[in-house]
Amino acid sequence: MCAKPVKKEPRQVETTGHQWDGIEELNNPLPRWWVWVFYATIVWGIGYTVAYPAWPLITAATPGLLGASTRADVAAEIARVDAANAEIKAKLVAADLNAIEADADLATYAERAGSAVFRTNCTTCHGSGAAGFEGKGYPNLLDDDWLWGGTMEDIYLTITNGIRNTTDPEARYSEMPKFGVDELLDETQIGQVTEYVLGLSGQDNDAAMATDGAVIFAENCAACHMANGSGDRTQGAPALNDAIWLYGGTREAITETIYKARFGVMPNWNARLTEDEIRAVTFYVHSRGGGE
Amino acid sequence: MWDYFKLIGLGLVAVLAAIAANYARDLAYQVNAITMMLAAGIAFLYVLRTAGDPRPNLQHEYFDGVIRAGAIATAFWGVVGFLVGVVIATQLAFPQLNFEFLQGYGNFGRLRPLHTSAVVFAFGGNALIMSSFYIVQRTSAARLFGGSLGWFVFWGWQLVIVLAATGYVLGATQGKEYAEPVWYVDILITVVWVAFLIAFMGTLFKRKEPHIYVANWFLLSMILTVAMLHLVNNAAIPVSIFGSAQVQLYAGVQDAMVQWWYGHNAVGFFLTAGFLGMMYYFVPKQAERPVYSYKLSIIHFWALIFLYIWAGPHHLHYTALPDWASTLGMVFSVILWMPSWGGMINGLMTLSGAWDKLRTDPIIRMMVVSIGFYGMSTFEGPMMSIKAVNSLSHYTDWTIGHVHSGALGWNGMITFGVLYYLVPRLWNRERLYSLSLVSWHFWLATIGIVLYASSMWVTGIMEGLMWREVDANGFLVNAFADTVKAKFPMYVVRALGGGLFLTGALIMCYNLWMTVRAQPQRVTRHSAVPAE
Repeated sequence: MCAKPVKKEPRQVETTGHQWDGIEELNNPLPRWWVWVFYATIVWGIGYTVAYPAWPLITAATPGLLGASTRADVAAEIARVDAANAEIKAKLVAADLNAIEADADLATYAERAGSAVFRTNCTTCHGSGAAGFEGKGYPNLLDDDWLWGGTMEDIYLTITNGIRNTTDPEARYSEMPKFGVDELLDETQIGQVTEYVLGLSGQDNDAAMATDGAVIFAENCAACHMANGSGDRTQGAPALNDAIWLYGGTREAITETIYKARFGVMPNWNARLTEDEIRAVTFYVHSRGGGE
Repeated sequence: MWDYFKLIGLGLVAVLAAIAANYARDLAYQVNAITMMLAAGIAFLYVLRTAGDPRPNLQHEYFDGVIRAGAIATAFWGVVGFLVGVVIATQLAFPQLNFEFLQGYGNFGRLRPLHTSAVVFAFGGNALIMSSFYIVQRTSAARLFGGSLGWFVFWGWQLVIVLAATGYVLGATQGKEYAEPVWYVDILITVVWVAFLIAFMGTLFKRKEPHIYVANWFLLSMILTVAMLHLVNNAAIPVSIFGSAQVQLYAGVQDAMVQWWYGHNAVGFFLTAGFLGMMYYFVPKQAERPVYSYKLSIIHFWALIFLYIWAGPHHLHYTALPDWASTLGMVFSVILWMPSWGGMINGLMTLSGAWDKLRTDPIIRMMVVSIGFYGMSTFEGPMMSIKAVNSLSHYTDWTIGHVHSGALGWNGMITFGVLYYLVPRLWNRERLYSLSLVSWHFWLATIGIVLYASSMWVTGIMEGLMWREVDANGFLVNAFADTVKAKFPMYVVRALGGGLFLTGALIMCYNLWMTVRAQPQRVTRHSAVPAE
């Protein structure tokens, strides 16, 4: 490849003598810089394939002079972080859940690890800010309105075994009857008890229907939701006397809940997370603001 | 006699398609079979009605009817493809637009392959077929080979597009990026593509010029390589001949490697080599200048087609792909940098001595900007193939931005330039309806591309950095949803850029329409083959 200086004025360069539909081609040489950069990339390329794994042979590829391996790099990086965290991880597994906060190092670690676990596993249902999805059945974890309890131990148990799943016999379990579907109450009765429930949380209701609803409530609902509607954490029965609703607090939503019941499920994370991860995310959830 | 064979063949296809529609195992297959039946039926009727008509000897004229149809199809599919692109860009910014009442048929996941196939294969494919037919006839001084074979290629390609597009929306896909069409569409593509090859090669064989012009090398390398890529990557066994599902022949990392060998070279040969062929004809024609360097065109052609084919593994850095393959993919990509730029140099330097035309000729301006974007994205590509850069850029919007600066900037702009060049000549009009509308198109498209590319650089690098951000204990700081939320404003900017590009294309359609409708006829015809 020759590299004579390029003439500025194309008219002075001869053409190749051919012509296609009026198009001619000038006989300009290859631009010098182009040739040299092309050569440089080839030289670099040969050097790079000598240094790194590159050429496939019969049973394996050339390993390269530097002994580089992306898989080994990843394994080393993971091992380095694991080694750096090993001590504090052991401390977290051994610690009393309620004592984590007092130990600044441990609390920092649990917060970071818990945040990572939460973002990876929990945000899908509970939202990236842990505020849940009001009305969709995914509880807000930032407030102090807990279904199954908000102490460290309660949260730990919920995360470990989950709720109403079929994969862990230790999962928290309770089931609301399908009052409408199973014809335990008729339409009128469901309407009446809906009015009563609306009243429990201070919403506008039909007072006459609510009076009849009170009797039905006492017979069918109070066992779990308590006579005053305060709920019962031991069986995951939500409080009905506040403004926080898992599946919505409108007349329609409450009617639907009574008619067909709800059955929110949470996986048992002991199948996927290690003990230290469960503890970390327990601490993380507990410290969002609602922990007891 | 030949008409009888055609009638028998078309009738057979129509009947078999009807049977297939009857036994169809899924909706997409059924709709495709009915489409096929209708297409074969219409062709049957057409052949029947024109059978025995006297055929005028047209050997002294270029075959331009199919090119006129190609110009219309290019503009039409371009607008469709850009419109779907704007829709899905808006869906990404505002997910509520994945409307529930469309029952999933209008979701991003269904529309995204519709967009990519519409712009690459419908818009780009029609542009390539149209300009191949134009260039090969002019530079060979011969009528297109094969009688009405050109029409078969044109209508066959439109049928492929319709079958593939309806299939995607109804859920028929083999899930391979840029190779989504299912097995029977793949077979049809093969048939049409081979017909394309025959028409092109045949014309070259009967050329009256002693040498083959450089544009034709690029176009021929495109046709041959795409045929090979298509056959290898789509090797699959249908689950049933009456269904659209198939099982890939390859599995695991081999499948991934074959897919990206295909995917990368679809970019390399379809969108680079093929469009360089367009550039090598239309830029010297529009500038009325000789090509800058014959030597450069030879060297960069052979270097480009030799190196491109090995660069595919850079799509699979840091995956199950072995390190050695990754290294080779990266090295070949970086060495590819200068051969790619050879085309840019030859294109831009062809204008030396004619730079003043940039001021007066918006079509030249469009071509120059397209070569500029070509140069930019063929620098960006090798850079992104470097492993260290790729570890940041891979899976991010940066890749999307890179693809679009190539597709909108290079492929889009050069095609617009070619359409502006061709339409007055194909319809024998004195000049374009309005040069100021071309300028409007130019600026809208350019600003649209700049908005698109820069917003994607910002989100791409931002999300790459967010994904890899770890705290002192090695835990990831951001959830995926955090990056999605952070990208929102840039997604709006991107959709806006796409909207400007689409607006420009609509202005072009109006301008071309008015050129054909309202401009005075030219006295001399363009379509006569020069006498020996």
